[in-house]
Amino acid sequence: MKSTVFFKNMPAIIATSTICGPKEGQGNLGEYIETRLQDDTFGEKTYEKAERKMLSHVINKSVQNANLRLCDVDCLISGDLLNQIISSSFSAREFDIPYLGVYNACSTMSEALAISAVLVDGGYMSTTVSATGSHFSTAERQYRYPLELGSVRPPQAQWTVTGAGSAVISSKSGFYPRITSATIGKVTDFGVTDVNNMGAAMAPAAFRSIYNHLKDTNRKPSYYDLILTGDLGALGSRLLKHLAKEKGVDIDNNHVDCGEMIYNIDEEEYQGGSGAGCSAVVFNSYIYTKMRQKKFNKVLFVATGALLSTVSSQQGETIPAIAHAISIENGVV
Amino acid sequence: MTDVLLMFLKAFLVGGGICTVAQILINYTKITSGKILVYFLLAGIFLQSIGVYQYLVDFAGAGATVPISGFGYLLAEGAIKGAENGLFGAFTGGLIAASAGVTAAIVFGYLNALIFKAKSKKN
Amino acid sequence: MQKAYNSKYLEYVSKISPKTNEKRSLLRAFFVGGTICLIGQFIRFFLEFTFGLYGDVLSGTTSVILIFIGSLLTGLGVYDRIGKFAGGGSIVPITGFANSVVSPAMEFKTEGFIYGLAAKMFVIAGPILVFGILGSVSVGIIYYIVGLF
Repeated sequence: MKSTVFFKNMPAIIATSTICGPKEGQGNLGEYIETRLQDDTFGEKTYEKAERKMLSHVINKSVQNANLRLCDVDCLISGDLLNQIISSSFSAREFDIPYLGVYNACSTMSEALAISAVLVDGGYMSTTVSATGSHFSTAERQYRYPLELGSVRPPQAQWTVTGAGSAVISSKSGFYPRITSATIGKVTDFGVTDVNNMGAAMAPAAFRSIYNHLKDTNRKPSYYDLILTGDLGALGSRLLKHLAKEKGVDIDNNHVDCGEMIYNIDEEEYQGGSGAGCSAVVFNSYIYTKMRQKKFNKVLFVATGALLSTVSSQQGETIPAIAHAISIENGVV
Repeated sequence: MTDVLLMFLKAFLVGGGICTVAQILINYTKITSGKILVYFLLAGIFLQSIGVYQYLVDFAGAGATVPISGFGYLLAEGAIKGAENGLFGAFTGGLIAASAGVTAAIVFGYLNALIFKAKSKKN
Repeated sequence: MQKAYNSKYLEYVSKISPKTNEKRSLLRAFFVGGTICLIGQFIRFFLEFTFGLYGDVLSGTTSVILIFIGSLLTGLGVYDRIGKFAGGGSIVPITGFANSVVSPAMEFKTEGFIYGLAAKMFVIAGPILVFGILGSVSVGIIYYIVGLF
């Protein structure tokens, strides 16, 4: 049974936009991020409003970057981490665009890209926008503790990225990074219960999607310049490579992880970044820029998500995870 | 004067020791801060109910009363004293003894939360 | 089959997961916790010698002052920094109790003063009051019953 969709018309990612908080701006990829905030409240009264505003900002900007007007967009597909995805829905309130709200935790970016690709490839729509974002201070309050609580962050923990990214997918012809296939992930749970160890919970899901993708497409890992996982962090990446080795797949040479890349390693986020904004920011800034410059030509984008809630973890449930693998290749149509 | 200095030293050592036990629990069992507080509180109540914590308080002063187990000591001690005056005293004694701490937490908590805003963290 | 594989995976996870720096964390907890108690002792002596307080009033006032300091440092955004450094050293003292009351109150202020600030104030510290009162009442009743004979 195949879980990969092949796109004959190869929808193009014609423009992107990203925004990030001050901490991410000072990170490794800061210079590639379009808007770097000095103040992560973005002039708003609450962090929730700030997250919303970041999302609206990148959606607007990405449409501008594509030299389009908002009325040219046929559909907006976005999601975020907050309960009932309020950031996405409330930011969509500002736009006169049909809206699909999606949620797959931190893998929302690749899910939104896959849905966009299906809609555009099938000829149902000509231009769609996929966006997602997260904010450290809203995620921390919802998933963990109040910001000012003097709690200890264990060494396997990751740091939720403050940032958002948006991509415009279009049926336009020309030379662009194009979505050629998408492997829809399966929910995978290896029994990890530690909510501070998301990397360990998500690594099996990431590997399953990568494995299924390579099998369905008959490709070797070396086909890709980059296999880009979402937010496994340093520990999760090690686990992914371990799982891959066990199954005889060698991804050591071209695997990188957004969570590992986004911050400078000397900072104290331990395992790196996480959150829906993590893969959205890294993919839509650095990776997209490098693809336009033809530094990378074939990228497998595997954003990963942990599908837990505070209720499920309080009730002692294990953490299910998912990953969608999107194959993006430079090409002319 | 040496008595005062010795008292400081004992407070430091005993207080630090209690906190170190908490840190050992955190390191080995991954229990969260809220649970740690409850466990230490219950330990304080239990130790005082068998009359042990009093010795620690007499020995180390603030070193034994400042940790949350000292709060448990206060609750148990109040209830035990109250029990001497009958069932009603047993019922209310604990909270009466602990009333200063609880009131302070609510009053200062409310005021501080009114004034200050939670700040985003850089690390 | 799947279960066995999973437990193998979990074993591997815990094997390569980084551990807390044992010695360092214990030392930090010891010194910060000890210092907070030292400050408590200082306040005690100060109140005793300057204002002549004693007994319940003395220990109560000391707690009130420490709770005040703890909540103020939380409000100023300092206490969580201490907590990050000291772990158990700043959680267990009464100032940590104050921190666990003030921090959710500040956080949820955006949801209003009644259902936000006031209601969420005891999200973390609530169990302390619940178990504290349950425990003290049980001890009181046991002592009362024992006292009857």
